[in-house]
Amino acid sequence: MDLYPEIILDHFKNPRNKGIIKNPTKTAEKENTLCGDKIRIDLLLDKNKKVRKIRFSGEGCAISQASASMLTEKLHGKPLSQIKKIPPKEIYKMLGIEISPARSKCALLSLETVKKAVNGRRHNQ
Amino acid sequence: MIPEEIINQFPILKRKINGQPLAYLDNASTTQKPKSVIRTLKNYYETSNANIHRGIHTLSEESTSAYEKTRETAAKFINANSEKEIIFTRNTTEAINLIAYTWGETNIKENDEIIVSELEHHSNLIPWQQLAKRKKAQIKAVPVKKDYTLDMEAYKKLLSEKTRIVAVSAMSNVLGTIPPIKEIITLAHNKNALVLIDGAQSAGHGPTNVQYLDADFFTFSSHKMLGPTGIGVLFAKESILKKIPPFLFGGEMAENVDQYNAGFTDIPWKFEAGTPNIADTIAFNEALEFLSKIGLENIEKHDRKLIYHAKEKFSKHENVKLYIPENLHETGPVLSFTIEGIHPHDIATVFDDEGVAIRSGHHCAQPLMKKLGIQATARMSFYLYNTIKDIEQAEKALQKTLKLFK
Repeated sequence: MDLYPEIILDHFKNPRNKGIIKNPTKTAEKENTLCGDKIRIDLLLDKNKKVRKIRFSGEGCAISQASASMLTEKLHGKPLSQIKKIPPKEIYKMLGIEISPARSKCALLSLETVKKAVNGRRHNQ
Repeated sequence: MIPEEIINQFPILKRKINGQPLAYLDNASTTQKPKSVIRTLKNYYETSNANIHRGIHTLSEESTSAYEKTRETAAKFINANSEKEIIFTRNTTEAINLIAYTWGETNIKENDEIIVSELEHHSNLIPWQQLAKRKKAQIKAVPVKKDYTLDMEAYKKLLSEKTRIVAVSAMSNVLGTIPPIKEIITLAHNKNALVLIDGAQSAGHGPTNVQYLDADFFTFSSHKMLGPTGIGVLFAKESILKKIPPFLFGGEMAENVDQYNAGFTDIPWKFEAGTPNIADTIAFNEALEFLSKIGLENIEKHDRKLIYHAKEKFSKHENVKLYIPENLHETGPVLSFTIEGIHPHDIATVFDDEGVAIRSGHHCAQPLMKKLGIQATARMSFYLYNTIKDIEQAEKALQKTLKLFK
């Protein structure tokens, strides 16, 4: 198996949905202090509490950045209630490579940030 | 270079990692162990295992004498005046904590100043931070200059009548920087301040002479110099040790105990409460003798050849930034680097795929990382069993990394 499959390299080099949303409905930032990876996720929801727009920003390793990019694609149009229930194993499946225990924090950082945003208060309130 | 028959003494180096021969370049974290150390551990448990001190039976006497032998060897290794000045701890961190808690508790007062440097590993910073918080004392840090050496002019200005202790590393675990320790100690003593030298990185890589340095405290770890994990050494001048209270209380360190009071044994045992790490201490003796046999000057020369070669190879690549002093006589065998746009964790992953073990992260030196304006580095660190071939393997891994993430 490839060390970094093409799909991960592609998302790392050409991240999707990278940026910020000016007035997000929900937002959160999380840092993996061990390696200094940082992810911010902004969400704009429609009135049915489904994701209308999602953006991520931050810096870090290929795994954390590709994971964030792939996750944002996956969450587009999804209802909040469903996002809350996404288990870590779905991220591993999405990445399609074996994640060592040392790198699991990198892989899961974006999911944890999204969950923090979803569970958090409305931005600017 | 170090002869091949010495390199052959390290069984782990025959391993393959991901189909490649292992190039172990994470020696600043921990070193590999020669057969003699491994054999001694096994022999001890198979033939001599017993608790030490006060035992009358043969096994206990054998264990005690082997344990105390390591103390003598360690004293000679750093040229201490007497083996009474050698205290065994779990590691360098515990050795520094021992001083911060014993000497520190009894000698540091409000508004006193403790000088560290920006190079320090967390183990030579946080114990002093905590002491300062308890005592309302101040921490002052000697800055690292742009050329990755310590700012000695700033150090001279930081020293004052308020300075009680200076705690600095003899070799940075991130930049490899070797500060002018002798000068640092002399300047501190002129202000009546004591000096603790963190020798975790330096002790296995060159000769140490605590009497020549006039160091008050010197700390190091067995596992970073071919010995087992779980053994650290604190050297402290006898005159100071005699005046400071014990660190931990309990077995081995007390005498004349009644229900309400206890007297304490002499130094150094008064600082070694409880059954110590006997087997590993005994095996550590083999590591010290192994190093002395090769000669610390020879190891230093070998290190320097490797770091020179690594610096030359790695500096040729665009987008690779090296964090190392210009003058290689001011640096140990440590080479931190970053690659623009590639996280050090990804670098380490690709290196591992090529059989090259390196470390990535903040190396327990977060204040230094902040000073350098980075989150992390990738770090290669060498030892006596490394060869030019290992560096070539590392360069191949570097080329693969650059290509993969281009």
